[in-house]
Amino acid sequence: MTRLAEPAARRVLIAAMARAMIGHAEELTALDAAIGDGDHGINMKRGFEAVLADIDAIAAKPLPQALGAVGTTLVMKVGGASGPLYGTLFMQLGKALPESPTLADFAAAAETALTAVKARGKSETGCKTMLDVLAPALAALREGIATPDALFRALPAAALAAADATIPMRAVRGRASFLGERSIGHLDPGARSSALLIGAACAALEEMA
Amino acid sequence: MTETVGIVIVSHSPDVARGTADMVRQMVGEEIPLAWCGGAPGGGLGSSVEAIMAAIEQAWSEKGVAIMVDLGGAETNSEMAIEMLPPERQGRVVVCNAPIVEGAVIAATEASGGASLEEVKRTAEELSPS
Repeated sequence: MTRLAEPAARRVLIAAMARAMIGHAEELTALDAAIGDGDHGINMKRGFEAVLADIDAIAAKPLPQALGAVGTTLVMKVGGASGPLYGTLFMQLGKALPESPTLADFAAAAETALTAVKARGKSETGCKTMLDVLAPALAALREGIATPDALFRALPAAALAAADATIPMRAVRGRASFLGERSIGHLDPGARSSALLIGAACAALEEMA
Repeated sequence: MTETVGIVIVSHSPDVARGTADMVRQMVGEEIPLAWCGGAPGGGLGSSVEAIMAAIEQAWSEKGVAIMVDLGGAETNSEMAIEMLPPERQGRVVVCNAPIVEGAVIAATEASGGASLEEVKRTAEELSPS
């Protein structure tokens, strides 16, 4: 993780997450069209395109401030509830992480960020939201600290499995909750975007390890 | 003291926000500070934290500002906008849990009579189901 003290590494990490969102925009929007209002991919794409447009300035900042800048950009540019939710996630990670974090630092910061996202969305796990990926991913991160070599593969796998596990859930929060029982049987778009972000971040971190 | 609570209308759709504001103006008049915003940053349906902050500024009153929202993202983005205000203003802006059109009209009516922010919010929220 010490590489994250270098601007080039921060650029790779942030750009990887941005490209994952932009590249999956259509898929996320299609998932959202099924149980929400059909704009999740469009919104995340708009937010992360704004991040990419500013990536040199963002990556030049130390890690805490860089993540804070990603969060602020998402808050300002996304245009849906996912802006403040993902914005809060990145801003809180930025606040809680040191400039050159260890895996244990990441786990502690992720816990703080998870609590903040729950408060922002007034939600908990089990409601068919992004929290149903973030919480299991945090658990997988904690378990994986002892085996760092396997972590960057284990974590995305855990996140993808957790996203798929939202399919049988009934939505209790967010727009999908309007559908009640009819939300059952669909993958939650926010869970999917969270799994994609974790996957992209881990792939970038593994490459630079 | 003639100052009244300000009203901000935040919809995913600029047309809904503008139309709601038109109804408030026609039914309540010009005496209350009123602002609206709608649409995502750069266009399309959605809501913009930046635009919400600007609307709060436009409708600012020392008695506070009540925000009326339509759906989830407008609410979350409004709460975010409030947190990004200067600390001395944060406690004087509230999001009302009420239907946007009826809530805006009743909140504006209450505000025009000189009611406090708490009274405006409570009156608007009496319209909520549940």
